[in-house]
Amino acid sequence: MNVFPNRTLNRSSSSDSSGADETTALMDGHISDSHIRQPERGIEGLGGGNDQRKGRARVTTDPNYGTINDSSGTDIPGVHIRPNAEATRSAANGPARRRRVPPNENGGPPNEDDEWLEGEEEVLKYGAQHVIKLFAPVSLCMLVVVATINAVSFYSTKDVYFLYTPFHELSPDPGTKIWNALANSMILMVVIVLMTILLIVLYKKRCYKVIHGWLILSSFMLLFIFSYLYLEELLRAYNIPLDYPTAIFLMWNFGVVGMMSIHWHGPLRLQQAYLIFVAALMALVFIKYLPEWTAWAVLGVISIWDLIAVLSPKGPLRILVETAQERNEPIFPALIYSSTILYSYMGTNLPNEITHSAANHSAGNRLPATGNMPLNSAANAEGTPLVTFSSQINDANAGFTQEWSSGSNQRVARRQIEVQANNTGNSNRSTEYRTITTDPEQSGSANPRQQTVQQMEEEEKGIKLGLGDFIFYSVLVGKASSYGDWNTTIACFVAILIGLCLTLLLLAICRKALPALPISITFGLIFCFATSAVVKPFMENLSAQQIFI
Amino acid sequence: MTVAEFFGCTFLAFGPPLAMFIFTIAHDPIRIIILIAAAFVWLLSLLISSTFWFAIVPLREYLSFGLVFSIFFQEAFRYVIYIVLRKTERGLQEVTQNSRVTENKHILAYVSGLGFGIISGAFALVNVLADSVGPATMGLLSGTNVFFITSAAQTLCTVLLHTFWSVIFFNALDTSRYSHVAYVVISHLFVSCLTLFNKQELYYATLIPSYLVTILTGILAFKVVGGSLVTVKRFVTCQ
Repeated sequence: MNVFPNRTLNRSSSSDSSGADETTALMDGHISDSHIRQPERGIEGLGGGNDQRKGRARVTTDPNYGTINDSSGTDIPGVHIRPNAEATRSAANGPARRRRVPPNENGGPPNEDDEWLEGEEEVLKYGAQHVIKLFAPVSLCMLVVVATINAVSFYSTKDVYFLYTPFHELSPDPGTKIWNALANSMILMVVIVLMTILLIVLYKKRCYKVIHGWLILSSFMLLFIFSYLYLEELLRAYNIPLDYPTAIFLMWNFGVVGMMSIHWHGPLRLQQAYLIFVAALMALVFIKYLPEWTAWAVLGVISIWDLIAVLSPKGPLRILVETAQERNEPIFPALIYSSTILYSYMGTNLPNEITHSAANHSAGNRLPATGNMPLNSAANAEGTPLVTFSSQINDANAGFTQEWSSGSNQRVARRQIEVQANNTGNSNRSTEYRTITTDPEQSGSANPRQQTVQQMEEEEKGIKLGLGDFIFYSVLVGKASSYGDWNTTIACFVAILIGLCLTLLLLAICRKALPALPISITFGLIFCFATSAVVKPFMENLSAQQIFI
Repeated sequence: MTVAEFFGCTFLAFGPPLAMFIFTIAHDPIRIIILIAAAFVWLLSLLISSTFWFAIVPLREYLSFGLVFSIFFQEAFRYVIYIVLRKTERGLQEVTQNSRVTENKHILAYVSGLGFGIISGAFALVNVLADSVGPATMGLLSGTNVFFITSAAQTLCTVLLHTFWSVIFFNALDTSRYSHVAYVVISHLFVSCLTLFNKQELYYATLIPSYLVTILTGILAFKVVGGSLVTVKRFVTCQ
């Protein structure tokens, strides 16, 4: 089993497709996870479908998401769309180059442009798939918030405010209101920054227990207290009586299952559902407790903060992840929405040849052509719909994230291997990133087994979107819908989705970790205000007179 | 009663588009993205046209002015999305696992047209629908009690028309048949201007011609994509 700190690849990554690594910069946990898994696989032999599941990259997560849950509103819209596909793709860029760009086969030095293009294509390929995998939960989250805002007046009436927003915008003077809103959002921002720094300090000092406690406490609060408040208001809005024992019974079950599936393990769907609900609750809390204009100001400020935290070289998120990486350990299970479908190994379900092409395809065409894989079967591979992969998960524990329990041994092993690899490996990593993977080119005449291992392990792809993004998208849409105009709501919704698409597209082009908030929120804000100011009167006039344009 | 009316109108207007979405769009991620992109482009056109309407204060009372400009902007943006889709076609080929999107170029036209249609239908009707739930009822004191149902019917007409228009429009630009482009713009103008009669509650005068135009446009779109009587027969007889 050859494990290389893959310098060649790294280098090419940083030039042609550094996105992978840089994306991972934030999410390095995941990515290194996925790469490191390789040794694990190797150790276990071909683990078969079951291991696959362990790899689900829920592991990592940006610790900052934890703060999201803090009801004190200290969340960091962490935002990182992490195209695993991209990461893994670049990891195996070499083979792709070999297989798909014929000129390079002829021994010429790999043309980086070609690789770059290829990489882009592949990213886009998975992009389409995964954008949709994100659209659905984002839309669901918004739907919950919008439905609640419209059904339960509690969340749109302002009476109580956050502790952090001492200025309540009560003055009728717009100047004062603006000033209040800015001051409030600055205070909130400072709180967020402080919390982030606190988190980093804790992490640096290895106070894991404290951090875990913090995260668990905040999700506990959301899942029990805020859910209880939600239930109460919902029942009140619909005037449904419910006795306390039943309510407590329901809340207990709901909360415990939620805590288990978020922090321990549970079916993926359940976990996703809980995360969406938690994000929606948090968004509702923001809408309820932030003064009118402060909410808008916070949206603007938070997306700027997002830019800084993600893009600046000393961005807090980056520092945090670097530290985690230094230590070769997964970051604590913070809250991040994972769309990851672990594509189980195709071999179990498909005839051999298709398996190969399909697997190759899923691995982004980056595997070297194996025996029964014709070199130029790209067309063949192209025709295989990726979607099928998700339906092929066939092992008994499908849907379970196991990495926190049964996977721990392997993780340790894999971490050790990574450490080892890092030690033997150079210090050439230009920046904070390192990618460890087998280099198929170096493993050259790779034994098929190894290749299969690689194949299996690279099939994992997914995009993760921070719950912070869910929350702030939903805050925007919820705020827009609280004015009672559905057109504004729809416009915001479409604008945010398009922003998300563009962010992913930019990710493919720039190959850098990108914050997901700025584009979407900017679009959303523009369309929200433009629609409510300009389009709304126009459309109202039109529909009052039944004129259709 | 109001709730029943709400559901009836909703499904009258959005039932067929929903079915089209589910059966032809939903299974393919790239189509969903194109649909949303088309919706976004339509939003841009609406934003520009309503800014136009809003900015020219003296003419703000005359909706027909805004209407005509809006139609031209919509068609211009239909052209924009045509250009964008054709430019990115090669990229799309790479992106799609299911290469049918680019194989049959009418699919792109259909998807973007449906995107246009759904968003314009939604914008036209969604607030009306929200009001239709009650507690008030239309037509008791003033107005007409068929307000909601005619709105919904007209919306369905618009959604379908946008889909057909895009198919015809894209194909016309591909094959340089500019008469078809002219047909699209003129029939759009015609149908929209017809709805000016709705203010006088002349619903027969608007809905019947609108649906006639819809059927005609549908037939034209069907022919444009290569359909004919023979193919219909084959389809019916399941050959």
